[in-house]
Amino acid sequence: MGEVVLMKGNEAIAEAAIRSGCKHFFGYPITPQTELSAYMAKKLPKIGGTFLQAESEIAAVNMLYGAASAGVRAMTSSSSPGISLKSEGISYIAAGDLPCVIVNIMRGGPGLGGIQAAQSDYFQATKGGGHGDYHLIVLAPNSIQEMVCLTAEGFNISEEYRIPVMLLGDGTLGQMMEPVDLEQIPEPVFAEKPWAANGTQGKRKPNVIKTLELAPDELENSVWERERKYSIVKEKLQKYDAHDIEDADIIISSYGITSRVVETAVKMLRNEGVKVGVIRPITLWPFPEKIYKQVNPKAFLSVEMSTGQMVEDIKLACECKSPVYFFGRTGGIIPTPNEIVDKVHEIMKEVM
Amino acid sequence: MNNCKMILAGFGGQGILFAGKMLVYAAMLKGKKLSWLPSYGPEMRGGTANCHVIIDDEAIGSPIVTHPNVLIAMNQPSLDKFENEVEKDGVIFVDKSLIERKVTRTDIKTVYVDATEIADKMGMKKLANMVMLGAVLKETGLFDADEMAQTIKESLPEKKQHLAESNVSAVMAGFNI
Repeated sequence: MGEVVLMKGNEAIAEAAIRSGCKHFFGYPITPQTELSAYMAKKLPKIGGTFLQAESEIAAVNMLYGAASAGVRAMTSSSSPGISLKSEGISYIAAGDLPCVIVNIMRGGPGLGGIQAAQSDYFQATKGGGHGDYHLIVLAPNSIQEMVCLTAEGFNISEEYRIPVMLLGDGTLGQMMEPVDLEQIPEPVFAEKPWAANGTQGKRKPNVIKTLELAPDELENSVWERERKYSIVKEKLQKYDAHDIEDADIIISSYGITSRVVETAVKMLRNEGVKVGVIRPITLWPFPEKIYKQVNPKAFLSVEMSTGQMVEDIKLACECKSPVYFFGRTGGIIPTPNEIVDKVHEIMKEVM
Repeated sequence: MNNCKMILAGFGGQGILFAGKMLVYAAMLKGKKLSWLPSYGPEMRGGTANCHVIIDDEAIGSPIVTHPNVLIAMNQPSLDKFENEVEKDGVIFVDKSLIERKVTRTDIKTVYVDATEIADKMGMKKLANMVMLGAVLKETGLFDADEMAQTIKESLPEKKQHLAESNVSAVMAGFNI
């Protein structure tokens, strides 16, 4: 163990970003994400960085667009309704092929919803909250240790592929404290950025970053070129955690904080002799399809803090070879281990 | 008791979250697994506050405590809300300076602590949380008083170090009731 400290999830993300070379943060306060901005406000000026609280989420995401265009490591963070506001800018950043990390500490929706933890932005994060043919790489940590590691990895991946990364957490992960080993944070790998609009110093032609392309054939070309990049990412970047899948009658999938509740339920079920296994997607986009093709349970179960937004991805990934069941709570309510155990018993009666 | 699933609850401003933080910090110093989850909401001082603390030897699954084996109730609404959730054979700590009623459950142990009054008499009314924490340590044996004193000193940031001593003496007062 290296440098172990006790940190809130929100603060840990900020610290990991700073250690990854992120010197520019643009935000607007919203519960349950505000500690992240507050941490940045305190720390960034001390290391010669920029913290800017914008007049709105829309302003903040466009500042991020500008900073990313200049090739510097930059971040914005918000929670669900704020991410909706940022979605226009996110589509522009994706169209500009710009690297950056966007954090969503999800709360209940739709609309202003509530302030308690939820996972009801899965569609928005993985299928595109903004317009156009684009994807974000979506990372879903389930502990504070994983949050810091994925924040750092997020910056590296984002620069490597020039695709914006979304770190998808929820109010519980943002607010809770756990010990974090800061020495486990992956080292920053800075990519060359010959495309960056960071001043020519009279030595080259200006780099132009724009998203308007009125000629349909040229726009089509650029969209397909981006799509080719997405297929490489789909092939190379599927991340998941899995255990007890070989003999499993039921494989439970969940991500983020819900997967922690599932772990408790799985322990209870295994103690009863019920054969349950776990596939936990860590990248929500690209969805870890490959592992679902290698397993043969009698049923899958998706547990989420939404009304079942991940179910269709599991069905596509397993090609519906087994039924995909769903259990979830939403609106800010976290499922209990007992509820999951009951659901598994119910499924067992149907499939065994 | 080496491990626990605890709910600490009371009014905002009573230092509920801080007391919980000291417990998990002490656990971290011992190399244990732990989680600390606060309630958060639009409430400010005077509203309700609670936190869920889990200390264990194995990796912690859900950080949410639905059935605690230790409940610390620093006001009556907290006792009303959580009394029935406590596991059989668990312990409820009641700040009897602020809670008039008795615990009705008979399948658990109840410890009544005059936390607020003791703190008040020491001229440290805001440290009822630490008096209670001392009493909890004494009863449960989760950590000894020295470990907690060290935790308080190590965890406080530099500009709050001057508060360490009063916090430690409040813990001692609770421990030595």
